[in-house]
Amino acid sequence: MHELSIVMHVAKTIDELAEENQLAKIGSVTLQVGEVSGIVTDYFVDCWNYFKRKHPLLVDSELKLETIHAVTFCEDCKQDYETVRFGRICPYCGSEHTYLLTGNECIIKEIEAE
Amino acid sequence: MASPGAGKTTLLSRTIKALKGKYRIGVMEADVDSSVDAETISALGAKVIQLHSGGLCHMDADMTARGIEAFDLSDLDILFLENIGNLVCPAEFDVGAEKRVMILSVPEGDDKPLKYPLMFQVSDIVLVNKIDTLPVFDFDKASFENNAHLRHPDMPILYLSAGTGEGFEAWLNWLTAEASKICRPLVSDHQEG
Amino acid sequence: MRTIELHKSVTESNDRDAERLRSELLEKGVLLVNLMSAAGSGKTTLLSRIIGDIGQKVRIAVLEADIEASVDAERIEALGARSIQVHTDGMCHMDAGMTETGLREMGLDGIDLVFLENIGNLICPAEYDTGAGLNIMISSLPEGDDKPLKYPLMFQTSQALVLSKIDTASYFHFDMDKFIARVRFLNPTIHIFPVSAKTGEGMEALEDYLLEQTKAWKEKGSHA
Repeated sequence: MHELSIVMHVAKTIDELAEENQLAKIGSVTLQVGEVSGIVTDYFVDCWNYFKRKHPLLVDSELKLETIHAVTFCEDCKQDYETVRFGRICPYCGSEHTYLLTGNECIIKEIEAE
Repeated sequence: MASPGAGKTTLLSRTIKALKGKYRIGVMEADVDSSVDAETISALGAKVIQLHSGGLCHMDADMTARGIEAFDLSDLDILFLENIGNLVCPAEFDVGAEKRVMILSVPEGDDKPLKYPLMFQVSDIVLVNKIDTLPVFDFDKASFENNAHLRHPDMPILYLSAGTGEGFEAWLNWLTAEASKICRPLVSDHQEG
Repeated sequence: MRTIELHKSVTESNDRDAERLRSELLEKGVLLVNLMSAAGSGKTTLLSRIIGDIGQKVRIAVLEADIEASVDAERIEALGARSIQVHTDGMCHMDAGMTETGLREMGLDGIDLVFLENIGNLICPAEYDTGAGLNIMISSLPEGDDKPLKYPLMFQTSQALVLSKIDTASYFHFDMDKFIARVRFLNPTIHIFPVSAKTGEGMEALEDYLLEQTKAWKEKGSHA
């Protein structure tokens, strides 16, 4: 849903970095996308390809995506488990008092540039 | 699809009660959080699963497909997806449904077709709910219909109250007419049509 | 080519824009209130009432954000308050960048209190810092008392909650005690204002709160 706005935020961060470091060209951008971040990767790639065509710095860049696995922690039995598989309810003790530890991030890990 | 609090769960509850014995109904409850909706539906004896979107503001086809895996489809006639309460995002994602029903409630106002055009454009029918509350709200039916038809000419509009049952028959008729294009109703509890 | 490691969250650029906007507004002595709610909860009606009641005591402007249509901005303008309409072209929320652009276009000279009437949506707006000094959300009585259970984030991130349309209580099964308990569970310090913009009930307490907050913001800005 917010894929295009995320693409624009990423581009903005890279623009600022490019200015600080006098970068002329971006070869690749590696993003780590959480399994439950809500980002639809196919759509995200479409948005990226659409956006980069109009962006001189990014026009030849490659987008690399890595997945961050989603892990949920149970406050009652203090165990963690795979979020996508089990959801909000703890598979060990059945508690609803759980929260996400990792998995909804979207992080710019690194870029290759010159 | 509907805004939060428009009456999706109440409408489904009344629909399930009315069609019990005629159609086997399943419900996929999609919410950002909480299982209150699934619990309400489950208490009526319908098959239901609760999906948590973890903050995502809509359902998409992939999530819907995964949710459907939890059902034995040979055991169902009609499956509802009660989407996340949101007039914006759900309209943009085709979940693979046969029909899209949107609910707008009287308290929300008659200007919503102007402000949330896509939802009205993509829906097959709009149910104006909570008509029992018309006396206390300034809801102009003519204005609403005009606005809705600007976005979606000839869009069917039904006025009802899921709370009192007023106008509900027309909705059930529409639903069963659509369902009959795909499945046949049960004649009785012990026979399959 | 060299590799530059970043490990930066993508919302970082919005968070930074939001901080910068907030500081600017603090310096200018203008309080930006991000007003959020589901569609049809009564944001525009509430704002109209507030402008009518305290528009002489504090200079108010409204940044109207909608996906489409200008009905809201027109309503506000008809009351004599400064307003512009921003269209998000389908986006379900406002962010700091869009807010800043809108405010610049509207102009804040001679304004004390500006409301951003966000997109009608109980989910997405809560995820994006708009640079506001205060987040206020509306949950309307007809929507039901279970909204805190189903849309927790907005209740958690707002400093004040307006329960609107209380004049319609006799038509709905709304358990006030349950609602308040659910809200407090998520956010023990949130200020709750049950109101009816139609009848005026409860509006004075909300308006006093807004006046106090505006004054406190200006004082904070003059010390900064």
